[in-house]
Amino acid sequence: MNKLLLMLGAVALIASLQSCKMKSADSAVAGDAAQKVYVAPGKYDEYYNFVSGGFSGQVTVYGLPSGRLLKVIPVFSVFPENGYGYSEETKAMLNTTNGPIPWDDQHHLELSQTNGKQDGRWLFANANNTPRVARIDLNTFKTTEILQIPNSAGNHSSPFATENTEYVVAGTRFSVPLGDADVPISSFKKNFKSTASFISVDKNTGHMNIAFQIVLPGMNLDLSHAGKGPSHDWFFFSCYNTEQAYTLLEVNASQKDKDFIVAVNWKKAEEYAKAGKGHKMAATYAHNTFDESTQKASTVIEKEVLVLDPKDCPDMVYMIPCPKSPHGADVDPTGEYIVGSGKLAALIPVFSFSKIMKAIQDKQFEGDFYGIPVIKYEAALHGEVKKPGLGPLHTEFDNKGNAYTSMFLSSEVVKWRLSDLEVLDRVPTYYSVGHLMVPGGDTRDPSGKYLVAYNKITKDRYLPTGPELCQSAQLYDISGDKMKLLLDFPTIGEPHYGQACLASLIKDKQVKFYDIAKNKNEFVSMGEKQTKVVRTGNRVDVYMTAIRSHLVPDNIEGVNVGDEVYFHVTNLEQDWDVPHGFAVKNSTAADLLIMPGETLTMKVDANKQGIYPFYCTDFCSALHQEMSGYMRVSPKGANVPLKYGTGVVAADAATK
Amino acid sequence: MKKITNAGKASVILVILFLATLWVFPMWRIDLRAPQYPGGLSMKIWINDVKGDVDIINGLNHYIGMNTIHKKDFPEFVFLPDTIMIFMGLGLVVLLLNKKVGYYIWTLLFAFIGIFSFYDFYKWEYNYGHNLDPAAPIKVPGMSYQPPLFGYKKLLNFEVLSQPDIAGWFYIGAGVILVGITIYEWRKSIAK
Repeated sequence: MNKLLLMLGAVALIASLQSCKMKSADSAVAGDAAQKVYVAPGKYDEYYNFVSGGFSGQVTVYGLPSGRLLKVIPVFSVFPENGYGYSEETKAMLNTTNGPIPWDDQHHLELSQTNGKQDGRWLFANANNTPRVARIDLNTFKTTEILQIPNSAGNHSSPFATENTEYVVAGTRFSVPLGDADVPISSFKKNFKSTASFISVDKNTGHMNIAFQIVLPGMNLDLSHAGKGPSHDWFFFSCYNTEQAYTLLEVNASQKDKDFIVAVNWKKAEEYAKAGKGHKMAATYAHNTFDESTQKASTVIEKEVLVLDPKDCPDMVYMIPCPKSPHGADVDPTGEYIVGSGKLAALIPVFSFSKIMKAIQDKQFEGDFYGIPVIKYEAALHGEVKKPGLGPLHTEFDNKGNAYTSMFLSSEVVKWRLSDLEVLDRVPTYYSVGHLMVPGGDTRDPSGKYLVAYNKITKDRYLPTGPELCQSAQLYDISGDKMKLLLDFPTIGEPHYGQACLASLIKDKQVKFYDIAKNKNEFVSMGEKQTKVVRTGNRVDVYMTAIRSHLVPDNIEGVNVGDEVYFHVTNLEQDWDVPHGFAVKNSTAADLLIMPGETLTMKVDANKQGIYPFYCTDFCSALHQEMSGYMRVSPKGANVPLKYGTGVVAADAATK
Repeated sequence: MKKITNAGKASVILVILFLATLWVFPMWRIDLRAPQYPGGLSMKIWINDVKGDVDIINGLNHYIGMNTIHKKDFPEFVFLPDTIMIFMGLGLVVLLLNKKVGYYIWTLLFAFIGIFSFYDFYKWEYNYGHNLDPAAPIKVPGMSYQPPLFGYKKLLNFEVLSQPDIAGWFYIGAGVILVGITIYEWRKSIAK
C-alpha cells in the first residue's frame, strides 16, 4: 500500500513538472507604445508610407505612425475594384511587347528628389518579372507612365534615383543575351549580359526615356543607390553571382568570398552618350503613358536603345570587391559612406567615397573583371562592422550619423555608428526582416523618428488565416538611444521596400475632382443633353452620364446579339468624394469607378439575348439604390429600333 | 436752408466708399454644415452674383425638390447694382447742394432701399423654401426649407447660418452712419 502511494506520488510529481522551454519570442513592448501610435479618429497621420506590394503588383499607402491602410494604388496588376486594366481608358497601361500582362512583382519604390531631398512629385516603382518602371503622380495617386526595359530580366535594382531625379535606374538581376539572341544557356559567360539602364526623367513633366544602357558582364545586379553630395555623379550597384552560374545558383553562385559593388560614374556615361561613344541598338519595348487631359492611356512601341560598352568608355565603371553576395549598396546622407550588405557575410563592409576616388587616382587595382578595373578592397574600405548579426540585408540611415541594418537570418535590426562602426543596439523583428525604411532614410535628409521593418514571415503574430499568412510591417521608435518596437501591422502582398514622407509634403495638393470643362476624353458627354447612343456597324457607343442619382440614358433598346457595346460613362459631379460606379449584369469586364469629372469606358459584348440591368456600384447618395437602368439585347437581326432615354414613361396602351 | 456740417460732408464720402465695397466683397453669406460636409458649404451673395458652392447646393436640393439657383433668375443682380450706383451718385448731389434737407432725404432713400432689399430677400427665401417639386424623391410632411433671413436654423441634416459678409457689414455701417449723422445734423439745426 505504501509502495503504491509512493509510486502514485512520484507519477504526480513528474506530471506536475514543466518541461524545459526555449525562451519565447514574445516582444517586450514599452508601456507608452500605444500612445505613440494612436492617431485619434478624425486626426491625420504624420507620414505617408508607400509600401511595395511584391507579388500583388500594386503599391499600398499607409499612414504612420498608425499603420492604417489608406489606399492601394494599382500599378502593374489589373485592379477590378476600379476597372484599372479593364476599362478602355486604362487597358494600355499594362501593354508590353508581349501584349497586355495582368500582373507583376513589384519590389522597390523611390520618391522623386530635388537636391537630394524628397520633393513629393512622383513615386517610382519597379516591376521585377517583366522589366518595367512605373511613375505614379502624387497629386492623383494614379499610375501615369510605365516604361518597359529591353535587354534585361529580373528588374531588381530599380527604381532608385539620382539627387535631382535626373535618372531612375533599372538593373538586370537575371542576365540574358542582348537582343533576345537564341543561344545555349551554357554559353552564359560568353553571351549573357547584365545591363544598367539609366532612365532620364523630364524635370517638368516627369516623362521617362531610356537615356542609355551600360552593358556589364553576365552576373546578377542587385540593389543600388545613387551617390549624394560629393558622390553625386556616381551610382553604386551591388551584384552577386559573379561566379556566373546559370544552374543551381543557390550553391554555384555562393562560392566566391567576394562579389562586387559596381560604381558607375553616370555623369561620365552621360558625356560618353552625348559624344557618340555608344551605339544605337534595335530593341522593342512598350512605353505607356496616361494622358491627364484625354484621360486615356496609350502605348508607343519604342524601337531602339543607346548602348554603352565600358570597353569604349574608360573611367566610367569600376568594381569594388564586397563580401559576400551583397543584396544592396546603401549610401549614407553625407554621400561619403557606401554600405555593402552581403547577405551571406558575417560582417558589414563600409566603403569610403573619398578613398575610392583616391584609389582610382593612384590606380590601386587588384586586376579586372572582363576589362573593368577592380579596386583593391582595402584601398576602398572605411572599415567593417564586426559581428553585426546574421544575413545583413539592407541599411538605412537617421539624421544623427547612425545606420540601421536589417538581419534576415537573425531577424533583427542592428543600429550602428557610421564614424567608428560600433554596434549600439539591436532589436528583434517578427520575423525574417527584409528591407528597412526610415522616412527619407535613403536621402540627404532622413528623419530620426521612426523606422519600419518589412517582414516576410509572421507565423504566430496574427490570428491564423489558413495556410497563407500575411506579411507585415513593424514600426520602431528610433528617437532615443534604444530602438523601441511600437506597432505591428499586416501588409498587402509582400512588402519589399517602402518610402515615407511627411504628409505635409503632398496632402494639400491632392486633386479633389477633375474639372469637367477640361475633360478631353473623345467620348465625354458634357451634360445630360449630350448623351446619345450611336450605332456604327455592330459597334454601339453609349454616351452616358452619371449624377446623383440617375444615369442618362437609363433605358436602351435596339442592341442585338453580336454587338459590341461601349458604355462611355461621364461622372458629372464636381465635388470631392462623389465617385459613381458602373456595372452591367453578366459583363466580363470589371466595374468602373468613375471620379467626378472623369469619363471611363466599359466594353460589353452582347452575346446573349435578354434584359441587362446596369447600376451605380458606389453608394453615392440616399437614392443610390435607384441609380440603375436597363439595356435590352434582342436576337441577332431583330428589327428593334435604337431607342434610349431617361424618365420617358410609355403610355399605358403602348405597354401591352 | 441750413447747410450740412463738415462731419456731415465727410460722412457722405464715407458712405459712398462703404457702399463701393459691394463691388469688392460679397454682401451676404449662407453657410451650411452637415456630417458628410465637414468643411461646410457656403453660398456667397454678391450685389450682382451668387457664388460659392452653388452647384453642390443645387445638386443636393434636388432630393427635396427645391429649385436650382441660377444667376440669370435674379433680376436683383441687375437692378440692385443700378439702384446703389444711383444712390451713390445722389450722394454727390447732396454734397453739391449742401442742404441738410438733401441729407435727410438721402437717408430716407437708403432706409427704403434697405427695407425693400430685405423684404425682397425674404420673399425669395420663402419661395425657395416652399415651392417644392411635387415629384421630389424625399418628402417630409409639413417640412419647408426656407433659409433663415438672419441667424441659425436646422433644416433636416443641415445646419444653416445666414449672416452679412464683409460688404454687408459695410452696408450696415453705412446705414448706422446715415442715421447717426442725420440725428446729429437735426440736433445742430435745433441748437442754432
